[in-house]
This record gives sequence, C-alpha cells and structure tokens, in this order.
Amino acid sequence: MRRTTNGARAAVAVLLALFLSLGVAACGSSNDESTGSEEEGAGAIVSNPENGSVSLTIGSKNFPEQEILGEIYAQALKAAGYKVTSALNLGSETVAHQAVKGGQISGYPEYASTALTSFFGIEPEEVPAEAQAAYEKAQGEFEKEGLTAFPPTPFASANAVGTLKKTAEERSLKTISDLDGQSEELTLDGSPECRQRIDCLAGLEKYYGLKFKSFTPVDISLRYTVLEKGQADLSILFTTDPQLAAEKDKFVILEDDKHVFPAGNVIFVTTKPVVEEAGPDYEKTIVAVQKGLTLPVMQELDARVELEKQSPAKAASAYLKEAGYTG
Amino acid sequence: MTGALPSPPPLASFGGAIEFIFEPQSSSVTGGKKVGGFEQVVELAVNQLELTLLALAVSMVVALPLGLYLGHRGTGELLAIGLGNAGRAIPELALIAFMAAAIGVGWRNVTIALAILGIPPILTNAFVGIRQVDRAPVDAARGIGMSELGILWRVELPLAIPTVMAGIRGATIAIVATATIAPLAGVLTLGDFIINRNVYGADGLLAGAILVALLAMALEFSLAALQRALTSKGLKVSAA
Repeated sequence: MRRTTNGARAAVAVLLALFLSLGVAACGSSNDESTGSEEEGAGAIVSNPENGSVSLTIGSKNFPEQEILGEIYAQALKAAGYKVTSALNLGSETVAHQAVKGGQISGYPEYASTALTSFFGIEPEEVPAEAQAAYEKAQGEFEKEGLTAFPPTPFASANAVGTLKKTAEERSLKTISDLDGQSEELTLDGSPECRQRIDCLAGLEKYYGLKFKSFTPVDISLRYTVLEKGQADLSILFTTDPQLAAEKDKFVILEDDKHVFPAGNVIFVTTKPVVEEAGPDYEKTIVAVQKGLTLPVMQELDARVELEKQSPAKAASAYLKEAGYTG
Repeated sequence: MTGALPSPPPLASFGGAIEFIFEPQSSSVTGGKKVGGFEQVVELAVNQLELTLLALAVSMVVALPLGLYLGHRGTGELLAIGLGNAGRAIPELALIAFMAAAIGVGWRNVTIALAILGIPPILTNAFVGIRQVDRAPVDAARGIGMSELGILWRVELPLAIPTVMAGIRGATIAIVATATIAPLAGVLTLGDFIINRNVYGADGLLAGAILVALLAMALEFSLAALQRALTSKGLKVSAA
C-alpha cells in the first residue's frame, strides 16, 4: 500500500490507453480443431488429396454471425482436403480488408453493401438493391486492387429500424417513412458507429428527413434490452437478428422504403494469387456450402449461438451435417 | 516507441493522428461529412472529464468516510481490504450491461459503474493510511483531550495524506481510462474515436488513445500538485 511514483502511474495510464486501443484493433488468430468427414452423399463435399499441400487461413470479423460464416467456410474447406487455420476475430471490416490485402488471411466473408460503401466510397443509394448486381459491382472494384470475390449468399444482412409491435400498432408504423412527423417524439438507440454512418442514422436524417428526440449509442448486445425495457422507442437492429425470428410477436422492423440500408448479401473476399494456388475446389466448395444459407437458416444459426450459447464451430458443423455437406 | 507493438502492423501514423485532432478528416462511411477535428475533440474530452470527475466524486463520497472511519476505529479490515480487492475484479462492461436492464443506459448508469471502479483503491488506501499513522501523536492528542473526530481530522488525516491521495489518484486513473468505453452505454467520450474505427479510421483510433493518455496524465499531475498542497510542511521536511 505504499505510494507508487508519478512515473509509474503515468506509464500505467499510457499502457491502459494503448491496451484499450489495441483491444479494439487487434487481430489474433485461433486454430480451428474441427474435422471434416470424407463421406459422400447428396451434395457432400469430396476430399481431394491434391488440396493437402495448400494452406488457407480463413478470417472473419468478431461478431457471432461472422464467426459462424467463417467456421462454415473453414470446416467446408477442411472437408475438401485443404489445410485450414482460422482467424475469426478481426475487429472491423477495415482490419479484415487490410488483412486480406496484406496476405495475413486468405479470405473472409463480407457483406456486399459494406464492401461497396466502406471500401469503395459508394453512396448507399447507389448500391444496387439486387444481390447479383451488387456483387458484380463489388467484384469490379475488388479486381482493381488485386482481390476477387465469390458469388453472394441467398440471405442478406442489413441494418433495420426496429420497434415493439405494440409501438408500431399504436403509431401505425409500417415503413420508415411513416415516422415522418412522429420521429421528434421518439428516441432511437443504435450502435455507437450508427450515429455518423450514412447507411444508418446519418442516412435516416439525410434521405428521410427525420429528426429524432435523441440518439443514444449503445453496445450492440443492448439493442433489444432497451426496447423491451421501454428505454428507447426505436432501435437499430439487423435483419438477421435471431430475436426477430424467435420473438415474432414482440418485435417488428419497419420497411426501408427509401433503401437507405443497402441489402448486404455475403460475398467471400479473397485474392487472385490464393485462388490460383488453391485450385478450382476453393470457389466450388464455398459457393456450394452457402447455397443453404437463406434468411431463416441464418437467423436460426445466429439464434443457436447468440441465444442458446452454442459455439460458432458447433453451429457451423451442425449446419454442414444437416444440409448434407458433411457426413 | 511503437516498435514493440505486435502484429497487425500499425496502420495509423502519428502525424495522421495529430492532424485528426486539429482538422476534421474525411470518412468513408459518413456520406461526405467530415469527422474529428478540434471542436469534436474538445466536446468529447470535456464529456470524459465531466464523467470522470462525477464518478470520482461519487466514489469519494462513499469510500472516504467509510475508509477513514474504519481506519480510525482499527476495525473492519476484512471489509476495507477484502471487499476493496474483490471490487477490483468486477468487469466494467458486464456491470454496465447488467445495470442497463434496471436503470437504462446513459450518464447515470456509466457514472455508477465507474464509481464502483473507483471505490476499492480509495477505500483500501484510506483505511491503511489511517491505520499506519504513528500511535504516539494520536495518544498525545487523546491525552490533551481532543475529540475522536478531532483526532481523525487534525492528527491522523494530515499524517495519512500521501497514502489517502495515492488511492484517489489510482482511482482517477482507473476511472478516466475506463470512461473510454462509455460510448457503448450512451455517453460520448474520447472512446468514440477508438471504438468506431470504421467511422474515424486508424488515425482517429490512435488520436483517441493519445488523447485519453494525455487526459490521464493531466489529471495525474493536477492531483500530484493537490497532494503537495495538502501535505503539511512538517511532513515534507521529515520525508526529505
């Protein structure tokens, strides 16, 4: 309990600040221990011994849906015979993008809308509403920087304005445009970065002309709590949130009638050298295993991990088995 | 200075971070609106300072009287040290999330969460500081008929100032550093730059870290000066 010196305390302060910043930015890597089966079945992945000499590192951002997708791709590629390690905790799209460009990871799943708006500076209103068109536009941009992307998943993940069913009925809200004239009385919560993003609060203000009573930044784990407890009238949700499927009669999302939240189907981003080295099974496997990923399936997988606390690895391997990709 | 950082390679530049602090920069996700710059830095720094001082005040109101009283009585070591140490292990973000259900997010929630972080070092140091005061002057004070409160206030506390202040300084650093996560619970502090890398970029992140460190050092130096002012002259001579 003796005093420490000024110098030591100042050093602690600097270290704490650095630690906090690294905690957000750091990308570590974890080894994936799951095994794929070589059994053949309808649409089953076939292990190709030629792939054994190829090492792949599959990345993902650090939230459950991304980790599940990363696991699905990693386990499927392992089943196809590749040597696979995974790095499923890249902090943000910027980190993931830099990691794939720098060769630290072979590839990772990204939302087409995020890629277009975040990496290539395209306005949300210019993001094609149709998945294939958005993919082709993103692919064109990726190719300019030596990257490439595989075709999109069936499901699309996007931001959404959500509220309690009760509130929606009382105020007869169906679309975001219905908030016109009422938003000044309503509080909105959302992730901290929503505040300034053009595909979030900034876009609601600019394209819908809405002004809210207040916007409160909250951790994304609290977005449903604040609605349930009546601490916010509206909350920014994701279309793939498991709560939307699990509690259909409690929460509703308002239709984005002016397309401020661009649809985000997932495309697997990788590099041309990796595609050449890995051979044809690489794209074939990834495109094959994502065929079953419709919105209800993705919500269900998210529910298993976020609500039932399964590990992403377990949810992914169950998906691969149930859909007949692995034995 | 940054040579020892592990991978990934630092993507931010020191110059870029300094520029971010003074001039608004363009961002890829805001639809053309610039972010950062001196005005926003001041706004967020003031928020972080207010939040820190508010939480510190609450911690002191709770922990100082209790620690000083228990130290003077010489009892309650288990409470002052055991509870104090256990308190340090509370995960701050979990506490904020836990309280979000009961009292919502915002200033009240974050202030309470940060105050809970500040209580252990203040409580423990106040207790130990008073306990370790030389018994001779205390007995002398009692001998000349001083009241117990008088003994605590005029004899024990002045002699314990260095230790008591060390606790307050430790609490301050812990609170100001942790106030960085407040934007996850409705209060915009400098942590906004660190948490929202997609909005502010790598330069903004580094700028946020630099600013939090500077704020922590500024508080530390101010409290060190306050401690020197509060320490009685006699004590300074004997310590030298």
